Amino acid sequence: MHTAVNLWPLLGIAVVVAGFLLRAHPVLVVIAACAVTGLAAAMSPAHILESLGSAFIKTRNLPLILLLPLAAIGLLERAGLKEHAQASIANIRSATTGRLLTVYLFVRELAAAFGLTSLGGHPNMVRPLVAPMAEAAAEARIEARGGRLDERLRQRIRAMSAATDNVGLFFGEDVFVAFGAIVLMQTILRAEGLEVDPLHMALWGIPTAVSAFVIHAWNLRRLDLRILKEAGARQ
Amino acid sequence: MIAIDFFYLLVGLLFAATAVMNLRDRSNPRRFTTASFWGLYALVYLVGERLPPLAAGVLMVAMALVAGLGPVRPGKALALPEETRRASAARLGHRLLIPALAIPVVTMIGSTLLKDVQFGAMPLLDQKNLTLVSMGCGAIVALALACAITRASPLQGVREARRLIDAMGWAVVLPHMLAVLGLLFSEAGVGKAVAEITTSYIPMTSRLVACAAFCIGMALFTVVMGNGFAAFPVIAGGIGIPVLVGVYHANPAVMAAIGMFSAYCGTLMTPMAANFNVVPAALLELPDKNAVIKAQLPTALPLLGVNIVLLYFLM
Repeated sequence: MHTAVNLWPLLGIAVVVAGFLLRAHPVLVVIAACAVTGLAAAMSPAHILESLGSAFIKTRNLPLILLLPLAAIGLLERAGLKEHAQASIANIRSATTGRLLTVYLFVRELAAAFGLTSLGGHPNMVRPLVAPMAEAAAEARIEARGGRLDERLRQRIRAMSAATDNVGLFFGEDVFVAFGAIVLMQTILRAEGLEVDPLHMALWGIPTAVSAFVIHAWNLRRLDLRILKEAGARQ
Repeated sequence: MIAIDFFYLLVGLLFAATAVMNLRDRSNPRRFTTASFWGLYALVYLVGERLPPLAAGVLMVAMALVAGLGPVRPGKALALPEETRRASAARLGHRLLIPALAIPVVTMIGSTLLKDVQFGAMPLLDQKNLTLVSMGCGAIVALALACAITRASPLQGVREARRLIDAMGWAVVLPHMLAVLGLLFSEAGVGKAVAEITTSYIPMTSRLVACAAFCIGMALFTVVMGNGFAAFPVIAGGIGIPVLVGVYHANPAVMAAIGMFSAYCGTLMTPMAANFNVVPAALLELPDKNAVIKAQLPTALPLLGVNIVLLYFLM
């Protein structure tokens, strides 16, 4: 090929893939990938460090979403927020883990589609409320039959709670016209000489958004069946 | 004006407090490495843009080495016994939900109603970081409400925040460092190299192959970069516009919408999207850092297939 593109920086990707496959410490993998990518692009070590440093300062707004709610959430946890969430859900007899998470998925996805992306999130909704409620619903079900929720299933339920938040957010927000992704797509297509109406991009996202809901709700139903099986096995 | 710098300062102080509390915690066998890790991170927020880029780079590498080689460990858990928490939950009841819900409510009010409020010539909220600043205000309102309802001091709030930060450990900085790697990738031209390879070696001879290559390419590139926004320009520029629109006359709106959603399928599958996948695993105290990704695979993979089919029939 008559190429002028430098392919060597791809080594950085190779380092990332190898690092994760070898289960090396992720933070060290990132630093190694930075070093390899920079060197492969013929940057000097000082230049690499400067690029890393200015990028590190520039992106320090990222962890704020995670960090800012922690003091309030921690206090509420100390005062029994998780226990309260669990006690409330255990009183609703028709509540199952799968149904509860499906309702959360629906609300999260719909809210995100209307631009309300902050209605949810891992530190302020999933950890203190959604995951404890999902666990309590399974516990109520299994303990009603005299069993105990085993640790592996408990962890699976927690992971599913986090997954439900992600799926709802991702496939809801892109249906919202003013969302960053739509603006980004419009800008990029315009640079290539294609003028696209943001409303059309949002509308054509709906079939996938609906499919995401159906597929994930089906997986949540499978989780319910697994909990039911566990409850039956302990009878 | 309430600027984002105010919240940088708060987070810096929070990390400094985490460092000091860990340093004074003699029960933690790794208290020196743990304290130096959080101390270094505090500098990033407290000194911030006044740090020369080279120094900030050295600082980032030092943090990574401390986290990777000298383990960062949580101090002793100061949580109350479960019985006490249960009694408190029974006493306070639904009032406990008020501060938790205050965060999204204040964020929404800030980013919609208070968006254009001005004091003199100055806007009330930092316009460039509207959502973050609104959320920061929400967090402060929530902390005040939580203190009032639980009759605890704000200092106790800092202690609780330290407990949660300690529990997450180095996972707190992973998304931040991955964002840096993403920026370095684009500076070094990794995107161009990937586009070069995908477009030169995959034969786009049939409509279905082109659709599949486009969707899978989006997902795979997102898996590597951890961010759909990084994948979209590369794959849309490499396959979407020249092949799907250029050769097969696809509707650009369909190509773009389904392309971005294919990228999101990739986001669900990668530890590189640490703030969505790795941080929640740490936050929920799951021993398997990939547990959230494993829970997402049965949704992400079928959905990617659905995307290929939808693109084939709708474009």
